[in-house]
Amino acid sequence: MKKRLLALSMAAIMTVGSLTACGGETPAAPAENQESTESTTSTSTTEAEPTKAPELDTTVEATDISEEVEGKVLNIYCWNEEFKSRLTDHYPGYEVVDATTGKIGDITVQWNITPSDDNAYQNNLDDTLKKQDGAADDEKIDLFLVEADYALKYVDTPYTLPVTDLGIDLSELSNQYKYTQDVMTSSDGTLKGVSWQGCPGVLIYNREAAKEVLGSDDPADVQAAVKDWDTYKATAADMKAKGYYMTATVNDTYRTFSNNVSVPWVSADKKVQVDDNIKKWVDDSKEMYDAGQIKSTENLWGEAWNTGFYPDGKVFCYFGPAWLINFCMAADVEGSIANLGGWGATEGPQGFFWGGTWICAAAGTDNKATVADIMRKLTVDKDIMVDIVKADDDFVNNQPAMEELAASDYTSAVFGGQNPLGMFAAGAKNIALDKISAYDQGCNEEFQNAMKDYFDGNSDYDTALNKFYDAITTKYPALSY
Amino acid sequence: MKKKSKSVVSYNKWGYIFLIPFVVVFIVFQLIPLISTVYYSFFTYYEDGLDVIGPKPNGINNYIALFSAKKEGEMNFMIGLKNTMIMWILGFIPQIILSLLFAAWFSDPSLRLKGQRFFKTVIYLPNLIMASAFSMLFFTLFSTVGPVNDILKSLGIIKESYDFMAHTGSVRGLVAFMNCLMWFGNTTILLLAGMMGIDPALFEAAEVDGATARQVFWRITMPILKPILIYVVITSLIGGLQMFDVPQILTNTKGSPNNTATTLIMFLNRHLYSKNYGMGGALSVILFFITAILSLVVFKFSGNSDKYGKK
Repeated sequence: MKKRLLALSMAAIMTVGSLTACGGETPAAPAENQESTESTTSTSTTEAEPTKAPELDTTVEATDISEEVEGKVLNIYCWNEEFKSRLTDHYPGYEVVDATTGKIGDITVQWNITPSDDNAYQNNLDDTLKKQDGAADDEKIDLFLVEADYALKYVDTPYTLPVTDLGIDLSELSNQYKYTQDVMTSSDGTLKGVSWQGCPGVLIYNREAAKEVLGSDDPADVQAAVKDWDTYKATAADMKAKGYYMTATVNDTYRTFSNNVSVPWVSADKKVQVDDNIKKWVDDSKEMYDAGQIKSTENLWGEAWNTGFYPDGKVFCYFGPAWLINFCMAADVEGSIANLGGWGATEGPQGFFWGGTWICAAAGTDNKATVADIMRKLTVDKDIMVDIVKADDDFVNNQPAMEELAASDYTSAVFGGQNPLGMFAAGAKNIALDKISAYDQGCNEEFQNAMKDYFDGNSDYDTALNKFYDAITTKYPALSY
Repeated sequence: MKKKSKSVVSYNKWGYIFLIPFVVVFIVFQLIPLISTVYYSFFTYYEDGLDVIGPKPNGINNYIALFSAKKEGEMNFMIGLKNTMIMWILGFIPQIILSLLFAAWFSDPSLRLKGQRFFKTVIYLPNLIMASAFSMLFFTLFSTVGPVNDILKSLGIIKESYDFMAHTGSVRGLVAFMNCLMWFGNTTILLLAGMMGIDPALFEAAEVDGATARQVFWRITMPILKPILIYVVITSLIGGLQMFDVPQILTNTKGSPNNTATTLIMFLNRHLYSKNYGMGGALSVILFFITAILSLVVFKFSGNSDKYGKK
């Protein structure tokens, strides 16, 4: 009996213990944290006005780094294979060693890829960046990628290096689209990162469905059927009648609304605000989902979303930039619409952008020359950039080259021989990223999550909105509403 | 006399020496985190982007925020507790019934079940699968374009795909079903051990006196099994309070629909998203006390049976 008593009490202690271990992570070194709070308060006051776009100070001169010795390991942090394949396919002298390592000359390239869902990538990156000072040279992050949704979080911090510190002169970057530099310009006027792509979005339509329902798959005719949201909804009804869904999920159209807002998600005093145009997305989507014109309320990237990549999915259109078509729509899978060249592109009801990847140099890198060279090759070198367009159907960040290609006889295989670059080039010029905040990824994700219940009929709009506010303030305790 | 006491002391010494590894591990990995969790639960302490805010003391505001009755649609501790308990009860009732039934069958000598070893292994198997993998499997099986919907549609039971993840009942039901499936084997083994420990003479005596199988079960097996049964209930309850991986993955971290499948630990996990040690700590402390009380209940009941001496 005594033994059992002992065993039971031990079991009880262990369960209680394991609970606390699971619940309360011990915060490491509070003293250090306190210090960093003090040191960062000055930066957070300067970045408190996300709506005001800082001007790039073009007088900053490039630092001469030719004397610096290169480290042996180049650590790259990113969230998917896209950048890796760009480097593998287009960077001269890059050799693949295995799935997570490569070689440039005698420098080993170490890939650290964490998916971006639920901010996993950022959390991993942040933890490593904070330890950057104490890390060995070969362990330090040298290069990392950021997306438009959270670029601002890194721009105004000392964790990113100005590109001029890498020996890149700003005049070298003059062919890039201006918005790609505006995003990465810190409040004191330095440029903190560069991008090889431009991400203007278009409406990508299923040619088969267009022929069947609209009688033509010509971009101009399709555009007439989706030229504004009212026409778009009318077309959706026709699609429904012929057994097609307008979009695969309610979230497909989200970016076209969220990019055309008049206020950013988070105001200067860190208040969360829902723009009228985002409310319009909710209303339109609810109406169309209830009418059976939208297939599912599930998230993008989910299974229901993927079904439309194939003819059996019966989905009329997707909204996306160049990378979506090439990278996500199953172009290399036999039988997919992209593989058969069955998509077409047209402007759609409203212009928008989605994503975009910027290359940043991490402070403390010991491979400045290599990082600078990667930036130059992928974002400045015209020949390489044109190759990227031809090989990967991407839209690159080089205005003269893109306009040249738009006018050329370049055709895109996934678009069934159409040249969509003119559309993209026109869109890229109009992109303004002045309504973004550092919290956009969380806001976008939580808003879509909360609204799913409304679309599914599980709650009314106000309840769903409360849920969004609650979720976003739990996710980012610094915000209020 | 002197000699004897000396030898006792030296044995004690070895006892303490052997305890050192446990005590050190316990202090470093359990006691210190426990104390700092309680400590930080009285602070505002989180991260904002790459900045760390706090720690600055804020009294019991974290606790108030956890319990404050908010607007409809918002999440608080009581909603989390309610969800957790509903899903636990939904899963535990079938689990304990199944376990009692199996344990009774396995331990009944008159049934002479063949292949007992095989079945004992098989019912325990689901427990060996990682909960997250199990949950992922169900997520795929029950998705709108998954095989379950396909089968139901081809059998003509439903016309349109049924979105299992968009309805409170089906989500909670699936979570409960998975928990039941994963844990009934474990419970069966525990109860079986308890039943095997009962003196066969009691069953024989009952048989001689003409008791039916039902009477034997309710009048002999169950009362003697009571301490084990309480242990099973309470440990399952403590495990249930910590329910996390199954609903987290099944609902893709969202606890949807409408937070009706958000358990306490999922709620805790959300607070830890921005490393909010203040709110996370407060929630952990409350959970700690609930669990401690439940553990004391186990302790008390198992202690009671001692009073009557050995059976």
